[in-house]
Amino acid sequence: MMRIEEHPILGTFEKGPQVRFTFDGKPMEGFEGEPIAIALRSNGVMIHRYTARRNEPRGMFCAIGRCTDCIMVVDGMPNIRTCVEPLKAGMVVETQQGNGPERSVR
Amino acid sequence: MIRSEMVCVGAGPAGLAAAVEAARNGVQVVVYDENDRPGGQLFKQIHKFFGSREHRAMERGFDIGNSFLAEARQLGVDVSLNSVVLGIYENGALNVMIRDRIEHVKAERTLVATGAAENMIPFPGWTLPGVIGAGAAQTMANIHGIRPGHTILMVGSGNVGIIVSYQLLQAGCQVAAVIDAAPEIGGYAVHAAKIARVGVPFFMSHTIKEAHGRDRVAGATIIEVDAEWKPIAGTEKRFDVDTICIAVGLNPMTQLLRMAGCKMAHLPGLGGRVPAHDLNQETSVKGIYVAGDAAGIEEASTAIIEGRIAGLAIARSLGYLDDSEFLTQRDALLKSIVGLRSGSHGEARGKAKEYLNAMVQA
Repeated sequence: MMRIEEHPILGTFEKGPQVRFTFDGKPMEGFEGEPIAIALRSNGVMIHRYTARRNEPRGMFCAIGRCTDCIMVVDGMPNIRTCVEPLKAGMVVETQQGNGPERSVR
Repeated sequence: MIRSEMVCVGAGPAGLAAAVEAARNGVQVVVYDENDRPGGQLFKQIHKFFGSREHRAMERGFDIGNSFLAEARQLGVDVSLNSVVLGIYENGALNVMIRDRIEHVKAERTLVATGAAENMIPFPGWTLPGVIGAGAAQTMANIHGIRPGHTILMVGSGNVGIIVSYQLLQAGCQVAAVIDAAPEIGGYAVHAAKIARVGVPFFMSHTIKEAHGRDRVAGATIIEVDAEWKPIAGTEKRFDVDTICIAVGLNPMTQLLRMAGCKMAHLPGLGGRVPAHDLNQETSVKGIYVAGDAAGIEEASTAIIEGRIAGLAIARSLGYLDDSEFLTQRDALLKSIVGLRSGSHGEARGKAKEYLNAMVQA
């Protein structure tokens, strides 16, 4: 289990209510409001995307929304920085291939 | 159009200290921060600071952050989160993206307190999931309550490397080793001792050779380097780690200052390209101030003092503080910062700051 239940200095962490979401179709649980990437990691997910040219795996790197290595397709929208995007109930999170699916302009 | 007497870019220690100091003297202040919570890196600092009482020694970073926030709120400082300052233009014009809308802001004075970004070193396998910045480890463990991994190799023995190693132990991770290409530990002995005491080995004059694994980190190999930093074949050592943390320094985030046309200098002792600024923290562009790591990499304690000086200087320049009162307060702060710029690294930083001051006067 990757979650810290009781921290010697910080005690317990304040989290939102537990919610369900899916990762590549698999049901998972996380806490509402925490970054999507944190919920994924607590479920053991390390690979967030594969690069466009060399098809190499990438995961969370800076965890503060700066490096964009952790981008994924969230609710159909590509290039979402999952380390800063808050988790919501029912989110559909998918591994991003390259630059993500092409979308028509709405 | 939003009009503001003072805009602070960044709600970390420097920005909040400046905002509080200026607001206390009557300045109307808005602080913009791109994150969804204020405090910059302060809330990740769960260790006690040390030094003297006036520099808030024995207090933990997050307590300092909370007291600044409470004070700012009480003084009516507007802290606007999820707000990215996109650009600084002539005559105090700024573009700010607040959530998904763009606002035009006109500021009489602007303080850039954008902090720093982490340095990285590339090596075979460095893009694998499981290779992370030390800051990321700190964010995961101390903010979000999750272990970045089970067993960690820390690359870098500066204060960030050794403090984060200790914090990872507190979070329940194993730290396999701390390595550094330099022959001596870069951080303070007090912090190094905390992890040495529990048996974490230090490998000095060692660099990382490669990360192993196909889809995620499954190990790491380190190698000794000679006096010319060249790897010595046959000295490889392998560790079974699932996480490699990189803590090889920080560089100042100065994009907005460069965009605003501030004179810059490349000073390695301050972490890279830094803006010229005077004793009041004002840059070569009138009305634009800088404080904290964006003005040269130092520490939270120096960032707070620089922020306070900038806040006072802005209050004075807007007519909220008379000259003699300003000088008395500023000079007391300048005196206290001298103590923080002592020792071999500290003195070099002090010299670099003098150089930047001379650049503005030139």
